[in-house]
Parts: sequence; structure tokens; C-alpha cells
Amino acid sequence: MAQPRSDIAPKGSPWWLRLVDSFWVQLLGPILKGLETFGHMLVLLSQATYWLFRRPFRWREHLAALDFIGVGSLSIIVLVGLFTGAAFSLQVTDTFRTFGMESYIGAMVTLALVRELAPVLTALMVTARAGSAMATELGSMRITEQIDALRTMAVSPVQYLVTPRILASVLMMPLLTMVFTFAGMLGAYFVAVILLEVDHGLFVAETEWMVDAYDIKIGLIKAAIFGLVLSSIGCQQGFFAEGGAKGVGRATTRAVVYSCVTILMLDYFVGDILLIIYESPT
Amino acid sequence: MSEIDPTLRDEQYQLRVRDLHKSFGSHHVLRGVDLDIERHKINIIIGGSGQGKSVLCKHLMGLLKPDRGAIYVDGEDIVPLDEVAMNRVRRKFGMLFQHAALFDSMTVEENVAFPLREHTRLSRKKIRELVTDKLELLGLRNAEQKMTSELSGGMAKRVGLARAIVLEPEILIYDEPTTGLDPIATKNVDNMIAETARRLGVTSIVISHDMASTFRIADHIFMLQGGRIVASGTPGEILRSDNPDLRLFVETSGAVKFTQGRARGGLG
Repeated sequence: MAQPRSDIAPKGSPWWLRLVDSFWVQLLGPILKGLETFGHMLVLLSQATYWLFRRPFRWREHLAALDFIGVGSLSIIVLVGLFTGAAFSLQVTDTFRTFGMESYIGAMVTLALVRELAPVLTALMVTARAGSAMATELGSMRITEQIDALRTMAVSPVQYLVTPRILASVLMMPLLTMVFTFAGMLGAYFVAVILLEVDHGLFVAETEWMVDAYDIKIGLIKAAIFGLVLSSIGCQQGFFAEGGAKGVGRATTRAVVYSCVTILMLDYFVGDILLIIYESPT
Repeated sequence: MSEIDPTLRDEQYQLRVRDLHKSFGSHHVLRGVDLDIERHKINIIIGGSGQGKSVLCKHLMGLLKPDRGAIYVDGEDIVPLDEVAMNRVRRKFGMLFQHAALFDSMTVEENVAFPLREHTRLSRKKIRELVTDKLELLGLRNAEQKMTSELSGGMAKRVGLARAIVLEPEILIYDEPTTGLDPIATKNVDNMIAETARRLGVTSIVISHDMASTFRIADHIFMLQGGRIVASGTPGEILRSDNPDLRLFVETSGAVKFTQGRARGGLG
């Protein structure tokens, strides 16, 4: 464990040396720990990529991971999408009506969903459901020596356990994001057009005019990147878990917290980079 | 230790360890282990808790990399091998973990069939036959569809052993196989180890601190203490040893007594 030792200032040392020692342990300790975790994640990710292209291709494990991460998350994504779109539409309609901008309600809601809300909220929901499960499952396999058992049977645990989960997350996140967007638009349409009597023609026409493939592309690229991030963190935390049941609990908590924070931070930076790469046609 | 070149395939010794060192942080666990494991024999490594028995055991299968030293399996040094090359060597091994390490998402049958599905092209029918054979051999008839959570400690160990032997490995490693078992289950596991070694002709390496079991089944005993092998020999030689640490360890267990070079009492 990369933890700076608190022994550069033995008892009886001058106060300033003890202060340096304390500074070293308190400040650099967490930084070194963070770097170590990041390093573990990169190593695991590179190994997972290496094993992706080596025989045997584990179709059964890949299908199981696609099913768990994709199909298993479908209902919750639809539900969250519907209510997110509905709530957002309610607020936007109320505000835009004040300024006489009813015609932009559909476009506004859809753009926000496609570019931001759908990829981010889908990633957070998949983290809560699948990312935490990855950390728990792999963590308990680690502490009960099931991962070592795989190695003794000449089976790569990275290929068997990690590669399918990461690949499935990268592939399923864009699909789930599309489902979230569609559900969100339905929710938004229902609230705006059916409940609050915004004109159907205005809602649809402005949406068609304002939203194009470029916006969808930004959302889907973000979703794939978030899938990579949440699965890498979930697998890394579980794969290197230690310390019994408590250790598995810690790994799961860290997987969810690290993933959520990273996704929200990356959302800004990836969004900024994508806006530079793909100059908006609108 | 024998003077034979460890890099040569040897008819007497299947696995040889030379000057093995391993540290975890500032904790120096293995401090120059030398070990010669005899082919087709039951070799038992004894030692107190925290002496590095399980760490040594994990090195033998390449689950841990040493800081220094060499491990020869049939004359091939496995320390420099990468994970892919190591997988080739691992097929010579089977391992029974202390707590069996069964896959808890699978049934007993799926657990035992796992190595066959991974490394053979046998039909489902043939795999099922082989699995049933192994389970029957270990007295686990009709346990195929049980989940691992439904098994007792002794049964889980037997399923673990069935999984370890299903590919008929040359070397079987048992990591503290009798820990946590009652006396009857312990004796059953001892019989299982002896019977497996006799029937399949495998080289057995058992990590243990159970003296009664050790003297019941061992062909050769090694004592690991302070990160080194401090004594080795047949059970008779061990009982004639004047190594004070060894005598203390064996006598404290109460399973056997040193009496002018002969064991008295406790041997089943």
C-alpha cells in the first residue's frame, strides 16, 4: 500500500520536523492512495483490453454481462427517464410561458435530455445498480479466494470477470441513454402537451428544427465514456478488495462514490472537448 | 537438500524451491526457503500461524511472485513466466483451498465441471459422467444440484477436491484442509487425501498445522519457521529430531510424543 510512513520524525525531534512529518502523512497520504488506485485501474483496464482479443472468446460471460447491465437496467431507466422528462418539462413550461417562449419548450427539454440529462443520469443509475454490483461481486470473490481459484484452474480472472463487464458497460450505456432520452421525451410531451396544453405542433416542430444528429452524437459518446469509467472503477474496487466483509462494503461504497464524482466531473470536460471537436452546426 | 541440478527433470523430485524470498511491505515472510517435493508422495509442510505456509503455497502455483529465488516444476523455473505461460504450467496442478473457494453462483455439478468446460472439448454428456464419477468417488452421490451454500464444511472440501482432481493433475496442493472440521470430518479428509494420492498417483503437498493428521498420512514432513525450512524428513526422522522448535511445536499439539525417537499415542 502506498502510504507514506510517519517515521521521518522520531520522538524528540524538533517541532518543525514533526510538522513536516505530519504534513507529509496527512496531505500526501491520500494523494498517493489516489494515484495508486488510478494506477491499479489503468493496469486492470489494459489487461482487460489485452484479454478481449485472446482466445477463448467468452461469449457466455459477455452475453450474461450484457443482459445484467443492459436488459436488467431497462425498467429503472425507463421509469427515471419518464419522470425526469416530466419534471423538467413542468418547470420549463412554467418559466418559458412567463416570457412567451412556449414554442421552445420541446426543443429545450429534448436538447437538455439528449446532451446532458440522459447520459449523466443513466450513468448514475447504472453505477448505482450495476457498478455497485460489480464491486460487491468481485470483492466477495476476492475475499473468498474464488479469484485465486480461477487462476489455479488456468483461467484468467481478468478475462473471465472483468473484460465482459467493461465491454458490456461501454456497449450498453449508449443504448440505455437512447432509451432514457425517448422515455424522457414521452414524459415531457405528456406534461407539456397533454397536461399543460402546449400546442402539439409547436412542441414537435421546434424540437425537429433545433435537435439534430450532432446533439445525439455528443450524448452517445459521453454515455460510452461514462460506461467505461463506471465499470473500470467498479471492477477495480472489487478486484483489489481486501479486509473481509467490511472490505467488500468499503469497496462498494468507494465504487459508487468515485464513479459518481468522476462522471459528474468528466461530464464538463468531455462536453467541453466535444464542443471543440464538433463545432455546433446550429 | 539434494545436490541434483534443479533445472533437470528429475524422477524423484517434481517440485524444487531454491532460496525463495518474499516481503509484504516491511514484513519479510519468506527468508530463503529451500524445498524438494518428492514425486507421488504426500509432502506436508507444517508450521505455526503466520509463518508463511499459505504464502509459500501460493508461490508454488505462481499466484504470487517472489522477490528473489527460483521454483522449478519438472525442471522448469516458473518464476520468470508470464501469466499466459504460467497457465500452461498450472494445468499440472490442482488446489484445494482452506475454505474450498467454490464458486457460490454455481451448483456443485457446475463447480466440478468448470475445469472440464474450460480445458476440454468433451460433450455435455461426457462431462456429466465424469463429474458424477468424481463426486461418487468422494462420497457425494446426489449432491450435483445442490448450491454451495447448502453444503457442510466437510462436503464443501470434498467438492473442492473433486473440482481439483477432475482434470487429473500431477500435483495436488491442499491449503490447511482440516482446519475448522470436527474430528470425524478431519479423519475423513485425511483418508480422502491418502486415498486420492494412492488411486491417482499424484504428488501431494499439504499445508497443515494439524499434527495428528500430519503423522497419520505424511510421507515427508517439512517444518517452516521464521520464513525458512528448519527441519525436514519422514515422520520417523521428524520424531527423532532434536530441533527444539520442532519438538516444542509437535509436542504442544498433544497429538504425538517424542519418546527416545519413537512416536507414542495419538496416531490414528
